[in-house]
Amino acid sequence: MTATDPRYHLAQLNVARPRAPLDSPQLAGFVTRLDEINALADAAPGFVWRLVDEDGANATGLRPYGPDVMVNLSVWESIESLYDFAYRTAHLDVLRQRREFFDHEGLDAYAVLWWVPAGTVPSVADAGARLDLLARNGPTPDAFTFRDRYPAPTEAA
Amino acid sequence: MSVEAIGALHEPTRRAVYEYAVRSAEPVGRDEVAGALGIGRTLAAFHLDRLASAGLLEVSYARRSGRAGPGAGRPAKLYRRSAAEHTVSLPPRRYLDAASLLAEAVEDAGADERLFAAARRRGRAMADEATAGSADGRSGAGELVEVLAEQGYEPVPREDRIVLGNCPFHAVARDYPPLVCGMNLALLEGLVEGLPAAGAVPRMEPAGGGCCVVVELSKNKND
Repeated sequence: MTATDPRYHLAQLNVARPRAPLDSPQLAGFVTRLDEINALADAAPGFVWRLVDEDGANATGLRPYGPDVMVNLSVWESIESLYDFAYRTAHLDVLRQRREFFDHEGLDAYAVLWWVPAGTVPSVADAGARLDLLARNGPTPDAFTFRDRYPAPTEAA
Repeated sequence: MSVEAIGALHEPTRRAVYEYAVRSAEPVGRDEVAGALGIGRTLAAFHLDRLASAGLLEVSYARRSGRAGPGAGRPAKLYRRSAAEHTVSLPPRRYLDAASLLAEAVEDAGADERLFAAARRRGRAMADEATAGSADGRSGAGELVEVLAEQGYEPVPREDRIVLGNCPFHAVARDYPPLVCGMNLALLEGLVEGLPAAGAVPRMEPAGGGCCVVVELSKNKND
């Protein structure tokens, strides 16, 4: 495990199309666990920030990239802390069922990671640009994935 | 090198030392191994060190007595299973590379449910094979633990659950967690469906370094 650089935090964006309206029975399994999973994230070691809409609980009301695309945007102290939350908590069980709730039709890339200066949070526009970068160029130090990850930039950059 | 690592297990006593060390939840010391296997301490240390230099065990040091500072005594040399994976396949095989490509394709295609259905069928077949070959009189839960052990999960039965100490799909699960952990859960669901006397329910409960699934045992098997 590489040492965490305190000057940088890890931002993540993931997007998806819900298969049915949020208040439909098909999405119930996702919606009923939203508060539980968000509370787990808020309490997770290394969690810094997550985007919420005007209702304040989660980001499900936002459609910054178009009518059908839901977003999830957050910042963490390290890649490892995000990975542990995403895949080593109850969140894994909801992820396992993702195909019941979401699809990725028309989305070339749907999950991206990148480094931001500690103490800043990305705008939705920044985040969208990173996803486009990943879709165009594949993983690079500016936009990458868990499987093809890059360390925080060095001072010389 | 993997061939040398596995070759280091050829000698029966050394193999027994290795099995003892990897079955232990905590790192083991020379004296404990010697006592458990009825061998001399020097011989135990020799085998432990040989296994460590072959890359099969990792060494750590700890003061067991809780004392510290000058006069506290030398820290004990402890051994635990190394995190390294060792595989020897002859002729050469690269099943992990194939698994990784297949996982990527299934994920791109959004075909998770197809994979889970196939895994469920496979788990059911594993159970059917176990029951066909089984002796009479084994309890449902005991039979389940045996099958789980054969499949490499390293099951540890507790009062109301079976904890699985090892993930047999580790490297590909690490890279495709929702897909492969979902596959694993479905496989185990199929397995317990075929061994109903065990009264078991697998649940996704990731924790620590072991398997993401825990198998709960219902107390009332007459549900």
